Amino acid sequence: MLDFEDDLNEIRDRIDQLGREALEDPDSDVARELAVLRLELEARTADVYSNLTPWQRVQVARHPQRPHTLDYIERLFPDFVELHGDRRFGDDPSVVAGLALFDNISVVVVGHQKGRTTAENIERNFGMARPEGFRKSLRLFGLAEKFNRPVFTFLDTPGASPTVEDEERGQSWAIAENMGFLARLRVPVITTVIGEGGSGGALALGIGDRILMLEHSIYSVASPEAAAAIVWRDSKYAEKAAAALRLTSADLLHAGLIDRVVPEPEGGAHRDHNAAAENLGEELRTALKELRKQDIDTLVESRYTKFREMGEFAHHDTSTTD
Amino acid sequence: MQYRPEFEAALRVCPTCNYHDRMDAAERIDLLLDDPKSFVEIDADITAADPIKFVRPSGSYVDRVGKARALTNRNEAIVCGTGLLKERRVALGVMEFGFIAGSMGSATGEKITRLFEMARREHLPVITVTSSGGARQDEGLFALMQMARTTAAAARLRDVHMPHICVMADPTLAGVTASFASTADIIIGEPGATIRFAGSRVVKGTIRRRSDVEDHTSEWVQQHGMLDLVLGRQELRDTLAQLITHLAPVASLHHVKPITHPATAPN
Repeated sequence: MLDFEDDLNEIRDRIDQLGREALEDPDSDVARELAVLRLELEARTADVYSNLTPWQRVQVARHPQRPHTLDYIERLFPDFVELHGDRRFGDDPSVVAGLALFDNISVVVVGHQKGRTTAENIERNFGMARPEGFRKSLRLFGLAEKFNRPVFTFLDTPGASPTVEDEERGQSWAIAENMGFLARLRVPVITTVIGEGGSGGALALGIGDRILMLEHSIYSVASPEAAAAIVWRDSKYAEKAAAALRLTSADLLHAGLIDRVVPEPEGGAHRDHNAAAENLGEELRTALKELRKQDIDTLVESRYTKFREMGEFAHHDTSTTD
Repeated sequence: MQYRPEFEAALRVCPTCNYHDRMDAAERIDLLLDDPKSFVEIDADITAADPIKFVRPSGSYVDRVGKARALTNRNEAIVCGTGLLKERRVALGVMEFGFIAGSMGSATGEKITRLFEMARREHLPVITVTSSGGARQDEGLFALMQMARTTAAAARLRDVHMPHICVMADPTLAGVTASFASTADIIIGEPGATIRFAGSRVVKGTIRRRSDVEDHTSEWVQQHGMLDLVLGRQELRDTLAQLITHLAPVASLHHVKPITHPATAPN
């Protein structure tokens, strides 16, 4: 699936084969060879994953086996009841939203949802939310505020859906309303980028008191393809765009645009959903514990200040403008 | 046949087809205020940094900003300040399309945020005029975050009951459409202005589908319920003044002084 994993997959295949041989002939001395191979796989995986290029990270972030929002809900949010519809036009399956338990309190969970198979992806619109998806989220954020429940959002989208139908139903308006509402929401909001954080479609669920990013996820002003189409006038320059956009978790932590990087299991979250969820759960618990200590006015004010400070600019004396 | 002086005197509107040509920020300010001399610019010195050291095939971001400065004689893609509109002081932010396609980077976002914050502090109505290609790619995620902070700053006008009226001029796209512009209390489109979320190149480059509608104009967007008004330039000033009067703050709903309309006022 990932071409930079070819060497790793060769070792994996060899391990599988030897494993089968060992079953057939328990007396053979493949056990030693197996142990050696397993160690080699571990070392090579660590090597590959500590040196991923930005474009390779994009591929890991998009890996179909990568855990999606529902995979984390299944592992971290018991008693999940999914709620549907925006009460305006329809229900958008590319956003899942509902009530669940986290650390024994009821919370609101909202996230983009991608599919694994082509059929699932068509159903989920490849995780590209429509205006109805954002308006369903808005409804749930309102619910969270009314019942004083913290909100967890999970970002995993190449971008908001850009078709003419989405334009007709006010895609820009839906995104902007969500941001304005979340900015003032009077309950804690914890946001995690779990795969692709693409553009306004991601940000519409991303105005949080804490912004976490899974180690190999990406977060960008536009998907590499869209940025390439804008800057290089052709989406085939996506790899170049990925490198130029500084979209990795390490870059963004360094830039001060996110708060925490959540470590992934060796070889990426797609190799071990349970371990990935365990790491994330721990970070979410810590974040919630910290935020629950703050009184709500301070919390909302800090959220404003947090985003207020996201920008780097300079001063240029107007009298000397040439 | 149209001669330039006549065209400019007609506010760059074609008398035959009502085509609204793009205006630069200075022309806009001149159009909207009683007297451009009443305009007091703020934050004119704020300009772009280079947070992700971005380089395009055509050159570095720093060079791009330098060229834009020379071309427009502005330091950023928006001009902000206060001025008098029918004798009422307003906060005014006008985007300068000539400056890197009016795109929104950190400095642009900072200026917009400061404009809303000033209006909240000084209890001023805000008028923004948008003309922008969207978020400035050259600043990566910093550019995306400008959507968040400008929208958050605009939302705080609610605390002081001050209106935000947005005039969407040609073109209003992507990161600007999908942020502070769309959350305005009243949104006015200029005739024929392109207003949309995703530009045609992005649509083609991402979902590999041709955009089905060629003209996402103000009129089309209004048909779909997203704009309050589509107004020609000649009517803009009067209507803005009317709207600001309608939305002027009152002490309490039970003590609203009836407006005495000049036509019905007793002598």
